[in-house]
Amino acid sequence: MEKNFRITDEDGIHARPATALVNTANKFKDSEAFAEANGKKVTLKSILGVLSLGLEKGDSIKLIVEGDSAAEALQALTDVMINEGLGEVNA
Amino acid sequence: MLKIDGIAASAGVAIAPAFKLEHPDYTVKNKNAADPAAELARLDEALATSQQELEAIKERTLQELGEKKAEIFESHLLILNDPELLTPVRDKISSENATAEYALDETSKQFISMFENMKSAYLRERAADMRDVTKRVLTHLLGLNYVNPADISEEVIVIAEDLTPSDTAQLNRKYVKGFTTNIGGRTSHSAIMARSLEIPAVVGTKDVLSQVNSGDMIIVDGLDGSVIINPSAEVIDEYKSKRDNHLRQIEEWKKLREVPTVSKDGVHVELAANIGTPNDVTGVLENGGEGVGLYRTEFLYMGRTELPSEEVQFNAYKTVLEKMEGKPVVVRTLDIGGDKELPYLDLPKEMNPFLGFRAVRLCLDRKDIFRTQLRALLRASTYGNLRIMFPMIATLDEFREAKALLLEEQEKLAAEGIAVSDSIQLGIMVEIPSTAVLADQFAKEVDFFSIGTNDLIQYTMAADRMNERVSYLYQPYNPAILRLVKMVIDAAHKEGRWAGMCGEMAGDATAIPLLLGLGLDEFSMSATSILPARSQISKLSKAEMKALAEQALEQQTAEQVVKLVRGIGQ
Repeated sequence: MEKNFRITDEDGIHARPATALVNTANKFKDSEAFAEANGKKVTLKSILGVLSLGLEKGDSIKLIVEGDSAAEALQALTDVMINEGLGEVNA
Repeated sequence: MLKIDGIAASAGVAIAPAFKLEHPDYTVKNKNAADPAAELARLDEALATSQQELEAIKERTLQELGEKKAEIFESHLLILNDPELLTPVRDKISSENATAEYALDETSKQFISMFENMKSAYLRERAADMRDVTKRVLTHLLGLNYVNPADISEEVIVIAEDLTPSDTAQLNRKYVKGFTTNIGGRTSHSAIMARSLEIPAVVGTKDVLSQVNSGDMIIVDGLDGSVIINPSAEVIDEYKSKRDNHLRQIEEWKKLREVPTVSKDGVHVELAANIGTPNDVTGVLENGGEGVGLYRTEFLYMGRTELPSEEVQFNAYKTVLEKMEGKPVVVRTLDIGGDKELPYLDLPKEMNPFLGFRAVRLCLDRKDIFRTQLRALLRASTYGNLRIMFPMIATLDEFREAKALLLEEQEKLAAEGIAVSDSIQLGIMVEIPSTAVLADQFAKEVDFFSIGTNDLIQYTMAADRMNERVSYLYQPYNPAILRLVKMVIDAAHKEGRWAGMCGEMAGDATAIPLLLGLGLDEFSMSATSILPARSQISKLSKAEMKALAEQALEQQTAEQVVKLVRGIGQ
């Protein structure tokens, strides 16, 4: 399962929301979560990976979740993206 | 018991055990190990210890400083457990026979350089977090002993070679009762910071670090500038009562907070504060400041990787002006160079930075930098009572050129339909002797003078204020300095302008009677000096001080001037 977002935060993706994303991804032990942006794919269970995407305002990012609890995990990650003011769903 | 003399940098008395703050050497020397399994175990152990430390720091920060400040340690914890970091580290240990410290250091360097090369300034700064976490783990792997100043959690006196501004900013007032350093002077950054944190401090002791062992009982006397190591019970009692008297006096001064500054014979002078950041305004108001006499804007430019944008500056200036609620705010335009460097400007090293390319000299060359600041100031001007001041003016032409740029930016803003206050006063710092001598001519064109005594003294006496070997020449009471100050004040008054002072001298109890007598209109000092100064001035008659100042101007040496002032028995 996957979902596209556009980054709306002025600072791009910074440490606080990145921390929240990684903490959320880590909660779902039986799913793998990835982020894909700027031609690079990283695991969402690594803050260094997420920060290494170098996301800035206006960039597109795709969240990909695989595994038993994929639907639930993707919803939880979507909530983080929106509640942290990080991005908006980009259909 | 041993007593060491230093420079009194921040008032008060502190008594607590010593805590030596020394940065260890993190260089990794052993690169290869024979037993990968043992190295992996060492790594896991160091990670576990680091994890416990970070969790403790996070918890404490959460309780004392709130959630926002604690988040940084939450992200440090994630880095510590990050698979993208630990997998390559473990691979290096298993397949290349690397030591745990070498594997970590090498891998972490790659992430540091990745962050340093990011496009976004915010992400570039994350290199510092990576370094911080790496150092924490390396400390354990290398068997080093270093505690971050923010990690101190019991009452101590910090002993260090020197403290950087960021070290000082991290000191927790609750636990750090005082500090003392080998180097530095009254005007060094750590001293200035200590006064804003209201932590007693003695600097420039030359060798306190080597004289003290961690855990020794220490007295820091920031009133007299002395440090006592392992005092007897009797001496401790004596200093406890000195400390309590000082605290009582501070309470008494606080009663003067809402009262204007008036001499015994009814003359009002303005007591203002020197600030470095918008956060300092709280201290100004708590200490009854009647204005900001010097807002040092260089802190906006420091600790970052590129120039601050117009928006960032505008917000800072606007915040200060709003918080001061119509009280005057003198903003000094960028004074970088000298001892204050900006790595990202990449300026060549100079032999004599204090006599070199700094302050307005740099601004008139890098007009792009200057114009951005002027624009931000002009836009903020409608939020309060803004006064703009140019530093390091040596000639009238420099002032005219800087003023012309200001007017150009003002016209541009008018053309864009952006409101600008029409009552902004424009003045200069007087810190170069040529300008003091020619003050009568400057006074025809500027709205005010603010005498920067730290530099005026060092330039007049030709004595580097950072050099302890010539510190005896830092003589604020030298009649030569007093005569220059008089020339500036008289020149201002002749043209109906006002004259202020924003150097350390303005808050100095020995100088205040003389400055009052010389007719100084505005005294700008550390916020914590305002109430003692107000109390002192309320007991002095300006007419009598005028006579005293006239006598002082006729003395031959600084010692004679001091003796004269002490003689009035305040």
